[in-house]
Amino acid sequence: MQNEVQFAGFGGQGIMLMGQILAEAAMQQGYEVVWIPSYGPEMRGGTAYCTVVASDRPIGSPIIRYPKHLVAMNRPSLEKFAPTVKSGGTVFINSSMISIDAGRDDVDVIKVPIIEIAKELGNVKAANIVALAAFVSRSQVVDFELLRESVKAKFARKEKLIPLNMKALEAGKKAAMV
Amino acid sequence: MGKVLMKGNEAIGEAAIRAGCLNYFAYPITPQSEVAEYLSRRLPEAGGVFLQGESEVAVSYMIFGAAACGERVFTTSSSPGISLMSEGISYITAGQCPAVFVNIMRGGPGLGGILPSQADYMQSVKGGGHGDYKLLVMAPASVQEAVEMMMSAFALAEKYRNPVMILGDGLIGQMMEPVEFPDALKAEPSNKDEWATNGMATRNSNQRNLVKTLYLDPEELNSHNLMLRAKYAQMEQEEVRYEAYNVDEDYSLLIVSYGTMSRVCRTAIDNLKDQGVEIGMIRPQTLFPFPKTAIYDAAGKKSCRAVLCVEMCMGQMVEDVERSVSGQRPVHWYGKCGGEVPTPEEVMEEVNKLANP
Repeated sequence: MQNEVQFAGFGGQGIMLMGQILAEAAMQQGYEVVWIPSYGPEMRGGTAYCTVVASDRPIGSPIIRYPKHLVAMNRPSLEKFAPTVKSGGTVFINSSMISIDAGRDDVDVIKVPIIEIAKELGNVKAANIVALAAFVSRSQVVDFELLRESVKAKFARKEKLIPLNMKALEAGKKAAMV
Repeated sequence: MGKVLMKGNEAIGEAAIRAGCLNYFAYPITPQSEVAEYLSRRLPEAGGVFLQGESEVAVSYMIFGAAACGERVFTTSSSPGISLMSEGISYITAGQCPAVFVNIMRGGPGLGGILPSQADYMQSVKGGGHGDYKLLVMAPASVQEAVEMMMSAFALAEKYRNPVMILGDGLIGQMMEPVEFPDALKAEPSNKDEWATNGMATRNSNQRNLVKTLYLDPEELNSHNLMLRAKYAQMEQEEVRYEAYNVDEDYSLLIVSYGTMSRVCRTAIDNLKDQGVEIGMIRPQTLFPFPKTAIYDAAGKKSCRAVLCVEMCMGQMVEDVERSVSGQRPVHWYGKCGGEVPTPEEVMEEVNKLANP
């Protein structure tokens, strides 16, 4: 069994971090893991993306053209990558910034207004954690408890941000259930 | 220590420290700058020295100086930077000093691009600088393997008193994978008192050690080159490493591929197996010495009709593969070199073309 998740958005939306947190949780769950960033010239200004592959056997190709899941944080990312998602996969849409649909009826689509939710929690910077929580609780690519531990570990050096991010996890999980 | 999720570049830096190397001199270049970033913080903590040189040429001679003094030392760079270092590498090889060079390849020629490439194969295995010399070249296919190769590289460099190169591509440096670090190694070259200019008082000896590269007497220079040649012959006897994949099956085609590209091929081979097509693969882990015998034997298998060399460059390894196959089977090439890594699907298409002509 292999799961591939593509995270995509603008530089500065916390795309790389979301992928790293998921990769860490998947590793803790005992999966083989690869995290690949986009480090090409598109990093400045345009779309930033990273891919996480988690598998129960050694990962061959780290290059994934057709991922099982997509987390789209802005419209260009959704337009570019929604057609590549495998049938039966998940497409997460940041509906605070994306007004269009995935254009797919063979995938599970989740739309969450993550910026509004993060603002309500008191810090718009937590929007990516809201998105990650919503995506994970719906797609179940990793155990939610391990995701929680992984977020804590990532913010270990900025301890005062942990309560905010724990709230963001719960809010995201709740939003995905609606 | 359990597994940690680390970027290849950072893991390479950490592996060097655990291999007892406390000297790192470098000049930043994408896609390997994280090694310098990581070590600028981590080396002082570990009691080591991080120095950014004013250029790659300068760095190569800083390496020469530290290596000549019997210190474990290494540097990392990417393609254009390695070209600049090649002069120093030639001198270090002539001076018979151990050192480790890591090349996280990007696309070329010239400034090329910053995305993954394997276009420095020839430069690495045939000697990028002037003169009759070779490097022992190892090519990792994962972050874990990069760590293990890094940790063995220093001892190999010291065994042969010759630079060792770790040849990765941009993805090996940029991707994160779980790694487990082997136990730390001891910090000093054991044989250094025999050759290093570390001071007679330090080694409590009357023997004067000299590191030099100038031999004006033709007979002396010829003997020097014969001695270097003998070392490379010994490497060919003792240091060949490769991985054979799916070779117990009756495969119709043999792939030869290394590094990131070999992982893509592995997925292609797995997918083809599901379709009932058997393909074998030899993945060289050392590019010099090259696994000639393994490739000769694998290509000679009765079921095998052809050999396909898959690389992220314009077929630089094909000559070595042809030399190894020795005319038993036709050798084909597939690859890309703009920075885009071929997908398993593209490799499968190429394999199918050759399998069903």
